[in-house]
Amino acid sequence: MQLVQASGLVKTFSRLRAVDGVSLEVSRGEVVGFLGPNGAGKSTTMKMLTGFLEPDAGTASIAGHDVFADPIAARRRLGYLPEGAPAYGDMTVADFLAFVGRMRGLANSALGERLAEMVERVNLAAVWNRPIDALSKGFKRRVGIAQALIHDPEVLILDEPTDGLDPNQKHDMRELISAIAPGKAIVISTHILEEVEAICSRVVIIDEGRVVADATPSALLDAAAVDGRRPTLEAVFRSITGSKAA
Amino acid sequence: MKTSFRTIALVFGREFRAYFATPLAAVFLLVFLALSAGLAFFAGGFFERGQADLGPFFAWHPWLFLILMPAIGMRLWADERRSGVIELLMTLPVRAHEVVIGKFLAGWAFTAVALVLTMSFWLVTLYLGSPDNGIVAASYIGSFLMAGAFLAISACVSAMTKNQVIAFILAAIVSFLLVMSGTNLVLAALRGWAPAFVVDLVQSLSFITNFDRLTRGVLEAPAVILFVSTIVLALWINVQVVDAKKAA
Ligand SMILES: Nc1ncnc2c1ncn2[C@@H]1O[C@H](COP(=O)(O)OP(=O)(O)OP(=O)(O)O)[C@@H](O)[C@H]1O
Ligand SMILES: [Mg+2]
Repeated sequence: MQLVQASGLVKTFSRLRAVDGVSLEVSRGEVVGFLGPNGAGKSTTMKMLTGFLEPDAGTASIAGHDVFADPIAARRRLGYLPEGAPAYGDMTVADFLAFVGRMRGLANSALGERLAEMVERVNLAAVWNRPIDALSKGFKRRVGIAQALIHDPEVLILDEPTDGLDPNQKHDMRELISAIAPGKAIVISTHILEEVEAICSRVVIIDEGRVVADATPSALLDAAAVDGRRPTLEAVFRSITGSKAA
Repeated sequence: MKTSFRTIALVFGREFRAYFATPLAAVFLLVFLALSAGLAFFAGGFFERGQADLGPFFAWHPWLFLILMPAIGMRLWADERRSGVIELLMTLPVRAHEVVIGKFLAGWAFTAVALVLTMSFWLVTLYLGSPDNGIVAASYIGSFLMAGAFLAISACVSAMTKNQVIAFILAAIVSFLLVMSGTNLVLAALRGWAPAFVVDLVQSLSFITNFDRLTRGVLEAPAVILFVSTIVLALWINVQVVDAKKAA
């Protein structure tokens, strides 16, 4: 069974077709890098994968549960970092993560363990009792990641998880994602291509709402190789999606 | 309809604490106390009447609440949309009605705190004479129910926008119409052309008329039913709005 399964997702905003027939399957152990230029439809696709936004057409399921027909079961297995890492600014990091954990059904004993693990793995000790409103952008992002991981879900959908992190934190975050990846299906949107090469087992590139590439990073580079010389991922990205921008 | 009371309790706890996370709560409670006392004493002729009764105090509640309840309710959903937290909240394994009820109850509990504080006025009347405590109790219950109806409307309107100011203004307008619907001004305007049953209907929906009945000391069923069903209806619409219009 595919942990994430989406087929023919379509979303139109007034006249603009933001997502135009996106299909995606992610199995356990895969880390999918979801790439595309600004406005390509990455966040909109993720909102439909998580069941937040209802597609005009197409279906999505998480761990075999349709996100609309069986939303509660699907959401239980899902950890989601929405774009911009929204959080309750009036709460402290500790209170916020405890709130999300409880809303996700964690009992107090399990919650304590998970909170302790988050402090350590996402490096939150320094800000643990600070209100989220008072945090820097990078720390806010880390709180968002911790929130998505709190219940140790099978499926992770992370919209730009490393945006705003400093180089050390970016590195730590990649290590963290690689470490937890074997048991999970993970979809990450990002604009940082080195990250894709470092942690993703597959790359899906979308442009103007359509999937224009879906392959392993090395297959993608091989396909674009000239005289046996591989281009950079950035060059491939630009040649696939940059035609109109150039 | 499946319902997790744990989820309702968790949302309630978060939202109730959020009211006190800023000094706004204290400001609000002070304003409410000062206004209700000021209006009762100075505009309501509390002293001149020479009677130990809280009538002048309760008489202002429809007017006070039509401003104050939108102020309490406006942030419940609009802020969630503005900050994007709604995306996180509605992808948790929770049902929309659980969150709607939890938020509403938090605002209503905050209102209860405000009303409990005004019981100091009742203590004053106890000292001055012997008020009819049955009437006082019925008035408090009526006031709490009416506040709940205004609040449910405000929460519902708040779910339709990401702008708290717009939520406040719209909710205040709807509340104003419900208060005014029993006044002669509105009824006279209707009598000219509307069929009689419409005039009766509008009059029977009036918050003022129904609240007045309660403050006369009888817990009349129609008045209680009006406020309770307004709460239920507004919250039901609130759930539909949240379900249908998740993204901003
Ligand atoms: N709520 C909305 N109403 C109207 N248009 C929207 C809405 N949300 C997204 N769009 C439009 O849909 C398109 C896709 O947006 P989306 O946020 O999915 O892009 P993205 O790939 O995540 O871009 P970025 O890299 O900038 O995050 C954009 O043109 C955007 O303006
Ligand atoms: Mg995006």
